[in-house]
Amino acid sequence: MALINVSKLSVQFETPDGLVTAVNDISFSLDRGQTLGIVGESGSGKSQTVLAMMGLLASNGSAAGQAQFDGQDLLAMPPQALNRIRGNRIAMIFQDPMTSLNPYLTIERQMTEVLELHKGLTRQQARLRSVQALDAVKIPEAARRLTMYPHEFSGGMRQRVMIAMALLCEPDVLIADEPTTALDVTVQAQIMALLRDLQRDHGTAIVMITHDLGVVAGLCDEVMVLYGGRVMEHGSAESIFYQPTHPYTIGLLGAVPRIEEGAHMLVAIPGAPPNMARLPPGCPFSERCTLADHRCADQRPALSTVPEYPGLLRACHRSPADTAFQAQGVGA
Amino acid sequence: MSQPPALLSVRDLRVHFKIASDSPWPWAVPRVLKAVDGVSFDVAPGETLGIVGESGCGKSTLARALLNLIPVTAGHIVWQGREMQGAPPSAWQDVRQNVQMIFQDPLASLNPRMTIGQIIAEPLRTHFPGMAAAGVMQKVRAMMQKVGLTEQQINRYPHEFSGGQCQRIGIARALILEPRLVICDEPVSALDVSIQAQIINLLMELQAQMGLALVFIAHDLAVVKHISQRVMVMYLGRAMELADKSTIYRDPRHPYTQALLSAIPQPDPRRERHKVLQLLQGDLPSPINPLSGCSFRSRCPKAEDVCAQQVPSLQALNAQTRVACFLA
Amino acid sequence: MLTPDKSKSLHAVLVQASGDLASGRSLWSDARRRFMRNKAAVVSACLLSMIALACVIGPWVLPHAFDAADWDAMSAPPSFKNAHFWGTDDAGRDLLVRCLVGGRVSLTVGLLATLASVSLGIVWGATAGFMGGRVDALMMRVVDMMYAIPYLLIAILLVTLLGRDFYLVVLTITVFSWMDMARVVRGQTLSLRSMEYVEAARAMGVSTPRIIFRHIVPNLLGVVVIYTTVTVPGVILTESVLSFLGLGIQEPMTSWGVLIQDGAKAMEATPWMLLFPAGLLSVTLYCFNFIGDGLRDALDPKER
Repeated sequence: MALINVSKLSVQFETPDGLVTAVNDISFSLDRGQTLGIVGESGSGKSQTVLAMMGLLASNGSAAGQAQFDGQDLLAMPPQALNRIRGNRIAMIFQDPMTSLNPYLTIERQMTEVLELHKGLTRQQARLRSVQALDAVKIPEAARRLTMYPHEFSGGMRQRVMIAMALLCEPDVLIADEPTTALDVTVQAQIMALLRDLQRDHGTAIVMITHDLGVVAGLCDEVMVLYGGRVMEHGSAESIFYQPTHPYTIGLLGAVPRIEEGAHMLVAIPGAPPNMARLPPGCPFSERCTLADHRCADQRPALSTVPEYPGLLRACHRSPADTAFQAQGVGA
Repeated sequence: MSQPPALLSVRDLRVHFKIASDSPWPWAVPRVLKAVDGVSFDVAPGETLGIVGESGCGKSTLARALLNLIPVTAGHIVWQGREMQGAPPSAWQDVRQNVQMIFQDPLASLNPRMTIGQIIAEPLRTHFPGMAAAGVMQKVRAMMQKVGLTEQQINRYPHEFSGGQCQRIGIARALILEPRLVICDEPVSALDVSIQAQIINLLMELQAQMGLALVFIAHDLAVVKHISQRVMVMYLGRAMELADKSTIYRDPRHPYTQALLSAIPQPDPRRERHKVLQLLQGDLPSPINPLSGCSFRSRCPKAEDVCAQQVPSLQALNAQTRVACFLA
Repeated sequence: MLTPDKSKSLHAVLVQASGDLASGRSLWSDARRRFMRNKAAVVSACLLSMIALACVIGPWVLPHAFDAADWDAMSAPPSFKNAHFWGTDDAGRDLLVRCLVGGRVSLTVGLLATLASVSLGIVWGATAGFMGGRVDALMMRVVDMMYAIPYLLIAILLVTLLGRDFYLVVLTITVFSWMDMARVVRGQTLSLRSMEYVEAARAMGVSTPRIIFRHIVPNLLGVVVIYTTVTVPGVILTESVLSFLGLGIQEPMTSWGVLIQDGAKAMEATPWMLLFPAGLLSVTLYCFNFIGDGLRDALDPKER
């Protein structure tokens, strides 16, 4: 049985502009040891999806659908039960390491708190485990650094501390919400290498949320591309990166600047990010899609399989043959 | 073919900030933060120079120093043959007509209480106060069209636009005086990937149409690749490498450039899984107490003794590349 | 450890250019909308307008004059029969009319002194904040000195030397109320100075006075409006205190402070003489406070 099974998850917010559906009918599953990358730009709903799963939505948000973790629906759980799972079996790391750590507590206190709560360890035992965890994320002089405050660490180090904290209870799933966006590219490479090593050593399943296709390519087996709160394409990393069949995926790949020889002119996707309060009834990408036809704005394409590409799900009225022609200019 | 005279020449530019010293005694020597510590480069008319570096390398400080928004501690800035160091404010006013800037945060660089028509018109009103209102409006409208905004939007306020559109407004404002050089301080870092491509393409198009020179600052080597002819890599206030576009990507000579290039994640799973990462150990040292010798040596995989003893300066290896490294 | 602030960034994406409107939806109209949603603030604004209107029109409409002594009803309690709705004082003068006339004085002094002190505060604070360095330090030391001077002693001195006069009261209050605004405006200016659009204006070559006028001051107004609604009650109270101590305006002209003073003296025998003016003053101050709260929430940039 899959470790995580999300089925028709939707998230809505009550805003002064009306009811806004940030996440619309998203389904995916994750097995042990697998990595899933959720890719999207602003307004795609990628963060709200996992926040809903973890019960961290803002007060004006509500989630519908099912998010099964090891057979139990996270969305239907009472807060106490959810608290036993959060931090313990599902851990989450966030984008901004500056604000994710409590500036008034030492690292030691923040880490031992997690262990004392979930594993019932004594202070001494928890301290030992914390030092081991900091070592595992390659923080030098771990024992000494344990007594320091967050502001005494650099951004990259703080993110390592976050990862160490997340892995303290040896969770089954690690959810990373744009963990490297705020970091320099060399530090990002270090963190990505660390995540790869840790995943290999502990077999943790990882859900990586990012807008950076390069980060996904380095880490994830499976990729789900979101736009306007809906899934556009969902398949293995190989098929998404080398044989993209959705106009949005193709456009995204074309827009990423490449450093190889003879790289192409940047292909810009026309238009602007979607206005979530007023999406078209059909495909949310139709307004910007160069291949959109008369069906696209009115009828929403269902997420369906494609015979030529086993294991791939896509939501597009146009056939892969049509979109393949566009993909040629992109140099995947 | 002879080289046209450089539009902008920067020689040994230093921008140092005094900050409070550790000790509270009034006679304690204040510490110095060397944000920019000896940078030299030229910009020819119509060309794009990309400046790349991570946080703390001094690229934003450099951008502001070029426009005298931050006072320069030492060094020379020569604009069209005219030495700007020590020049009076009126001289800078002339320069500001010809050198404009585009900022990183598109929304924050626009006054929230002004309409975008007023924002784009402001440079005209500042430098040509005598121009008639009708003439100003005409130019504003023409510029808005050029950057892809519609005329109906002229009375809207910045917060009603998306990030990409705000950046277009910023570009319109920078280009309305038809400057010769535009300094772009990380203009696409805050934008979505699909919008980044739009803005980069727009800048390239406008550059070709208007014959602009650009100084394009970014933290990502990949982003500058499409738009630059030459690229300079900075680290802790110093230039590490300055080379032609094709050379720097194909054959980077400085260890830092090599590390930067290998660290950029590309949307190519096979490449990513198998690439040999040149990981830099350690953290960025503090710009307050720079190391002796080469500022990169604490993280350099190839560092040797000579690196600690002398500061490497930017030396030409060949016609296309200049490197600041004893071991290149 | 975590703040699900993601919905805020989602909302930012929601705000987009809408329809075919030729003119934009400015921040002021957004703020006005938010203010209207704050019931306490709206009720207070209506109530305050009614009080102000009553003060202006009331004395003309009511049957009694404010300085006319009614020999039949000296220290009379409130009654409908002789149209002394709020009773009379010990000289037979109708209390309601006197409260309204006093309201004219208190509100006028309040508004004039506030206007003057706010203007002085903005100019002082914006200049100090923008110039920075030694000019800033000097100007702020002047502010500090003003805080240190005990205003009551100076008020007594001025009154003794120059007599009691309406405009003197306004001047005294102004001189001791502008410092708060100056400090607040200076603080705001300091943070606005480092905003990117100010930097952009400098990069463009815009002159310093024009930057202050065009870029700094309009973005200060939010804070200024809020602090003004906080200053007005303070000013009215100061006037009341001065009048209470006998340093304010002269007889037979009255203000809320004078009325409260008289009322306090006759509190045991004729409680209405204290209750009505004090109640009116309190309601007015409450209104200003609620309006100030409403404005602060409406103009808060984080709400955008």
